[in-house]
Amino acid sequence: MRTALRKEAVNAAAPSRAAPARGTNVRPGTTSAPQRRGIGPGRPRAAGRAVVMTIVGLALIALLAVAVVALNLNGEGALDAEIAASADPASYRPAPALVERGAYLATVGNCAACHTARGGAAYAGGRAIETPFGSVMAGNLTPDAEHGLGRWTPAHFWRAMHHGRSKDGRLLYPAFPYPNLTQVTREDSDALYAYLRSLPPVAQPNRPHALRFPFGTQPALALWRAMFFEPGTYQPDPQRNADWNRGAYLVRGLAHCSACHAPRNVFGATSESLELSGGLIPMQHWYAPSLNAAREAGVADWAEADIVALLKVGRAREGQPQEASVLGPMAEVVFRSTQHWRDEDLRATATFLKALPTASPPEARPAPARGSLYLDGALVYEKHCVACHGAQGQGAEGAYPPLAGNRAVTMDSSANLVRVVLNGGFAPATAGNPRPYGMPPFSPVLSDDEVAAVLSYIRAAWGNDAPELTRLQVLNLRAGRDE
Amino acid sequence: MLTCLLAFLARAHGAVGRTLALAALLAAGAAAQTTGANDAAGRAPRHTVPDTLAQRVEACTVCHGKEGRATREGYFPRIAGKPAGYLYEQLLNFREGRRQNVAMGYLVEHLSDDYLRAIAEHFATLDLPYAAEPPSRPPAAQAARGEALVRQGDAARRLPACVQCHGTAMTGVDPSVPGLLGLPRDYLVSQLGAWKTGQRHARAPDCMAQVAATLQPDDIAAVASWLAAQPLPAVTKAVAQAPGPWPMPCGGVAP
Repeated sequence: MRTALRKEAVNAAAPSRAAPARGTNVRPGTTSAPQRRGIGPGRPRAAGRAVVMTIVGLALIALLAVAVVALNLNGEGALDAEIAASADPASYRPAPALVERGAYLATVGNCAACHTARGGAAYAGGRAIETPFGSVMAGNLTPDAEHGLGRWTPAHFWRAMHHGRSKDGRLLYPAFPYPNLTQVTREDSDALYAYLRSLPPVAQPNRPHALRFPFGTQPALALWRAMFFEPGTYQPDPQRNADWNRGAYLVRGLAHCSACHAPRNVFGATSESLELSGGLIPMQHWYAPSLNAAREAGVADWAEADIVALLKVGRAREGQPQEASVLGPMAEVVFRSTQHWRDEDLRATATFLKALPTASPPEARPAPARGSLYLDGALVYEKHCVACHGAQGQGAEGAYPPLAGNRAVTMDSSANLVRVVLNGGFAPATAGNPRPYGMPPFSPVLSDDEVAAVLSYIRAAWGNDAPELTRLQVLNLRAGRDE
Repeated sequence: MLTCLLAFLARAHGAVGRTLALAALLAAGAAAQTTGANDAAGRAPRHTVPDTLAQRVEACTVCHGKEGRATREGYFPRIAGKPAGYLYEQLLNFREGRRQNVAMGYLVEHLSDDYLRAIAEHFATLDLPYAAEPPSRPPAAQAARGEALVRQGDAARRLPACVQCHGTAMTGVDPSVPGLLGLPRDYLVSQLGAWKTGQRHARAPDCMAQVAATLQPDDIAAVASWLAAQPLPAVTKAVAQAPGPWPMPCGGVAP
């Protein structure tokens, strides 16, 4: 593995060194110049310099490759021995208690959301995860010997979770959120393995990823990992209580909240100068709001029970300021995952989220514009929105959320508002809200101008103070571009 | 009322009208604020909506028409009065990706089986009048071909007649086979085309996919044009039994 990687890294760099030579050869009219220089007295010195430069260059590349490989194999030494000494996985029989624990952990991590194709067999993979670099295909996690985890040992599975490396040694794409999962303990990893091994095997072949060059190559991935990934272990903070630590372990690790709620850099890596400070979800055009900003989805001032309710029922603080309900990708998280969490885990998460360091208070906003867009928006609102959300944007009890004072309406990013108006949607069906009310998809009905107008209106009416939204922003968001 | 006034002012009188309309709007808002008792934080009292399934599924009416009675225009099918089993199966199909429609897939994504069944039963129980058939008729030759395929099928191509499963009156068979009347021609064409091109699936064995694979484009045009031009019979509800044995096995259709 080590040599293979190194060779590939060197090969990948080769074309760039070859390119200038090709270029000079084909340029008409200049071919004589190098030849003339070639017979002149300067040639031996120039050639010597070139040789030295080449050696230095090669040495640097080799050094870089070694560094990349070393960073990628960080801490895996002991695992090789464990894998070699492992019992034949075919004879593995998971203990029922471990399976039960793993089933719960798989729900907490919402593994099935990615590893189950829409309408497909549970955990058999095949769903394409769209990224700015192409599609990553989620793998088959059922115990099928050929296509799934049937020949994996617990140590292989741990290496994937903790080090982001597959059984065959390939580096895994971080669409599989191992930058978070690396914090999961070995015990929890073994329980997840036991659960997955207890599933019925599904002989569904894995689909190849469809990533653009060079993102689909292992050297590119190795470089990315050298820059942005380090295996880690959750270190309990002795200054904090057990609840906070349990919450931090879940939020930072298995629940991988930062996969959405943190900004991403141009390389697609989450960067967290302030933890969970919000981010636009790549390709989905939903904005996962900041969990530490009072203007977005910060919960520092919420009662713990409200946070638990939002994650369990999908809505919270009915009739209070900052009434909230979940939408879009978070509706999926509540529907498939958090509504099934144990109360003590929800409370621990609430404890952790309440204690997040808060963002500096936002700058005061200028008085919102109330021009022609606002007025046009009022007309659209009267026609399409008022019956459910009320003349004062006050919402309907038990049914439709208020728009006045709603942070989802007034936060800076309007990406979610555009999505909601165009796509509509239902709150997730949960035990606490089994028959949610729905919002119609307005994309067949409203033009971009009307969407911009009505959103500008609700962002500035009834004491809301958010800036207006232009038609261009709606157009971009509708077409799947950033604002 | 207010909407009309505002629209009139805004459109008829340009900038001055807009200002007046804005003033009217703000005044109306102020009036509304004074009529209800606001709470300590100055927020207006919540308004209430009916605690009914009809209110909950208002989201469906933007496309499927008021009470799910889409007209015969456009691409959206009427859902009011369709058999409950059929509607439930379609909601599942959208959620599980066997049917592809961005809006439908998105709406039902986070809803439980229980709720989808309740929604299906709600629309199935609506017994509401249908819109009149459109005045335009297909050309006689096309109509004759469409009617022949619907009523007799084509034995040479092993095509069963539509009525064998969808009922002699074409109003469907409870609980899982939908009626074929009162739907827009464009919707019928698009659905048969979607089956033919693999965009729409039903639970295996997918009998309609087999039927659509045999249908040629002009068959589809003929069948859809003839069906869309038919008046509804006096009784529009699905019948209890198909006229004879099922001509082929169908997934998702209760035996």
